[in-house]
Amino acid sequence: MRDFEYFKPSTVAEATSLLAKYKEEAKVIAGGTDLLVEVKENRIRPKYLINIKTIPGLDYISYDAEEGLRIGALTTIRALLKSTELRQRYPIISQAASQFGCAAIRNVATLGGNLCNAVPSADTAPGLIGLSARAKIAGPDGERIVPLEDFFTGSGSTVLKTGEILVEIEVPVPPANTKGVYLKYAIRGTNELAVIGVAVVVTLEPKDKVCKDVKIVLGNVAPTPMRARSAEEIIRGKRIDEAIIDSCARAASDEAHPRSGSIRASPEYKKAMVKVFTKRALREAVA
Amino acid sequence: MKQVIRLVVNGETYEVIVKASETLLDVLRDKLRLTGTKEGCDTGKCGACTVLIDGQAVRSCLTLAVSVEDKEITTIEGLAKGEELHPLQQAFIEHGALQCGFCTPGMILTAKAFLDENPTPTEDEVKEAIAGNICRCTGYSSIVEAIQEAAVAMDKTAQQ
Repeated sequence: MRDFEYFKPSTVAEATSLLAKYKEEAKVIAGGTDLLVEVKENRIRPKYLINIKTIPGLDYISYDAEEGLRIGALTTIRALLKSTELRQRYPIISQAASQFGCAAIRNVATLGGNLCNAVPSADTAPGLIGLSARAKIAGPDGERIVPLEDFFTGSGSTVLKTGEILVEIEVPVPPANTKGVYLKYAIRGTNELAVIGVAVVVTLEPKDKVCKDVKIVLGNVAPTPMRARSAEEIIRGKRIDEAIIDSCARAASDEAHPRSGSIRASPEYKKAMVKVFTKRALREAVA
Repeated sequence: MKQVIRLVVNGETYEVIVKASETLLDVLRDKLRLTGTKEGCDTGKCGACTVLIDGQAVRSCLTLAVSVEDKEITTIEGLAKGEELHPLQQAFIEHGALQCGFCTPGMILTAKAFLDENPTPTEDEVKEAIAGNICRCTGYSSIVEAIQEAAVAMDKTAQQ
């Protein structure tokens, strides 16, 4: 690896001021499982590496019955997986964590890193977008909050400006009768980037399986995780049965616009898989 | 820029001079001459470089040495107690769970971290636990059997 200068800031303010000082020549490192691969393969050539993993106070999962969930950006995927709070209240997040690589990756990879690396297949993104999560960002000028759905601007890019880092993900309390499912499809099981990912978050009316609200979020079929809004329209307000699930899955497949030239799968195959996995996710969500 | 760091490996403290960009894998092998840990893909995909840090499995090829100062690092060399092999090592031998042996250190350490947390796994849980470690030679079934047997032996010792 090309050498770099290495910093271990002990506060968010120190980190953001280093980033503001060194601008595009600096990169943030947390778990390092994405970043170091990119450095080794010469896709990025940072002169300065800012290790934020040792900044205290950014590794937490806390829930409040009114405010909802707050997850620190340095929370490891392992911690997400092990959290009984998440398994009980936000199981779609646990489900995404369980399909995230293997233990050795989960042990060091962070939620913030997965989101900020911003690959279109990021496994933590679709479920959180489906839950209407918000991203809290800290920078030299203070903090700001951005809906996670608007956080991603393209493959590998986010709204983070020079000097900013992601510090927290906030998730509101879901409405009653809400269930979320995230399914990842990859050839080598969970141990590679998703071919496609599908997250479905459904809120049902108290009886009759009528859909009160739904979010369907697709991973790796566009430059960023994307809402399948036409598919959502088909289901919203309707009683969910096999026929509706089928129409919805078709619509999601039509909406997906994966690029050609991917090493993982052709666009036709990805669209076909969107249909399969949207169906499976919807069935699981209303079971 | 080089700096001196303290690495604690298998209970021993070493002072090494490293560049910030040197991985733990490179330092273990080239500076500490602990060549049990292997470089397979160097990008975190194959598992051959797996070591334990504070008891948890980690890809040493994706770990900067400067970032693990003073943490407890365990390599394959740290498993046996003198002449006495760890139950996992013993079981791997008895079940023929290695041929070329290249994946083996990473596989055994991954299994150890897994069993330390889940002492009575199902066969499916064992398979899932080693899904991040690629083996070219054995076809995995002997590895799974070895881990299942070691689990029993380790659990028995823990109960005593």
